[in-house]
Amino acid sequence: MNEAVVWLTIFVLSVFVGIEVISKVSSTLHTPLMSGANAIHGVILLGAILVTGSTDNTAAIVVGVIAIVLASVNMVGGFVLTDRMLQMFTQKKKPARNDKEAA
Amino acid sequence: MHSIPTWAQVVYLACAVCFILALKGLSGPKTARNGNLLGAVGAVVAVLVPFIIKNPATGEHLHHVPLIVAAIVVGTIGGVYGAQKVQMTQMPQMVALFNGVGGGAAALVALLELHEHVAAGDHENWFVWAATAFTIFVGAVSFAGSCVTFAKLQELMTSRPVSFPGLSVLFGGSLIAAVVLSVMLVRDPAMNYGIIIGVLGLLFGLLLVLPVGGADVPIVISLLNAFTGLTVAAGGYVLANTVLLVGGTLVGASGTFLTILMANAMGRSVTNILFGALKGGSTLGGGEASDRPVKSLQPNDAAIMLGYADRVIIVPGYGLAVAQAQHSLRELVDILGERGTQVDYAIHPVAGRMPGHMNVLLAEAQVPYDQLKEMDEINGDFKDADVVLVVGANDVVNPAAKTTPGAPIYGMPILNADEAKNIIFMKRSMRPGFAGIENELLFDEKTQLLFGDAKDSMSKLLNAVKAL
Repeated sequence: MNEAVVWLTIFVLSVFVGIEVISKVSSTLHTPLMSGANAIHGVILLGAILVTGSTDNTAAIVVGVIAIVLASVNMVGGFVLTDRMLQMFTQKKKPARNDKEAA
Repeated sequence: MHSIPTWAQVVYLACAVCFILALKGLSGPKTARNGNLLGAVGAVVAVLVPFIIKNPATGEHLHHVPLIVAAIVVGTIGGVYGAQKVQMTQMPQMVALFNGVGGGAAALVALLELHEHVAAGDHENWFVWAATAFTIFVGAVSFAGSCVTFAKLQELMTSRPVSFPGLSVLFGGSLIAAVVLSVMLVRDPAMNYGIIIGVLGLLFGLLLVLPVGGADVPIVISLLNAFTGLTVAAGGYVLANTVLLVGGTLVGASGTFLTILMANAMGRSVTNILFGALKGGSTLGGGEASDRPVKSLQPNDAAIMLGYADRVIIVPGYGLAVAQAQHSLRELVDILGERGTQVDYAIHPVAGRMPGHMNVLLAEAQVPYDQLKEMDEINGDFKDADVVLVVGANDVVNPAAKTTPGAPIYGMPILNADEAKNIIFMKRSMRPGFAGIENELLFDEKTQLLFGDAKDSMSKLLNAVKAL
């Protein structure tokens, strides 16, 4: 199979998976979900590390280091912020569960 | 081109599965926290791989490892500090900021990759160059757009739509110019094209968000989040990295879907939000305070109304949390509950600044989750309510959404507070809500206003109820 088609296949299937997994989210969780998804795209850090580690051009290294700092803020900050939000929901987990099931 | 070892590819696959399960977990209340942790594990493992394997592009181990590690440490400290320090009321703009820096990072990565390919004189597939141009442009759009949303929500600039003559020409022009330059880059790859595309992306991002009104900004954050996801996916294709491709695509797809869900909850369409102002119609109303007569009351009177009611519904809004009055409110509700009054909180889907924000803010004040009723669940109860107490909310109870076809919020589902027997509005001033339009409910004959800072009024009200 043509290599470009392999990539296209992965892309198209991921689109459907991405929509399918969140299709039943309640509006209560929209904000944490958005924040969590935001953290996941912080994985661009991996790309920033790869390009910075493969160059010896000074200007490129400087730009690469900036990209690494920005991407780590996105990734780490995103996951910590999402966890902080979700922590508040889980504290009240027990009464919420009973109520939801009764209703 | 050297290939990535099989074990590393399997690790990347496992990380991609972590991201899928993370999103799945985040969409259910019981699994959300574990889902987020799983996503974090996947991301951290994925980032460790390039330190171990030889770089597929060069066949060598990573250069400048100490520098890279130092940069990660700096970013991590910054991210953790920001995430821990931010007030829960300011969380939407923090998400916007994190999203923006991610988009910026993706654009820089694509620029560097272009630089490397051009320097090495590589003859890549045209699709790789197109994906590079896309990453640079959309990453820059996301960065600039997120900075503007941050400034709007943080009130560093006006939250009203900013527009000027020629904006739509400039907007369309920058997009067309970027497409033309992308075609030129594909035909004849050169660094200069990449840089200009990046600058055009910054301009486009700025022009995209400036005309959006404050109340619609959260939807734009979600949309830009999806943009960054697609950028990362395109970057993954350029770097031939599966985990970036899958992770980015997942966020792009689910983010787009989530944007539509949010817009539906607000009764708005995404195209209207983005292009409404460009077409000439402002997404906001006049926003001037009216001098029509209203009825006001004192905390003591309000306390008597609440104290002798059988059924009370609280409508909390963003203003409640800004004034930090949610703790006094919870105490008030507890006292009323002990005296036999049935009290519930009516949570509009977009109460706060984005869907679900109010639940987070009240959860922070230890309000029991079972007292929080969603709109569909409680809307039928308003007609039986003796008193509705509106604290720091405005647009979500504005009957104009049902009655005035020209209003910017027309069509948005609202809480039926106007059906209650009495309405007490706690307000700081007669200033309109975030959507910038006047609220007819304030002038209703069943409505009385309790003026003052929400925290101050709430503690006076609390003391008055205790004294009954």
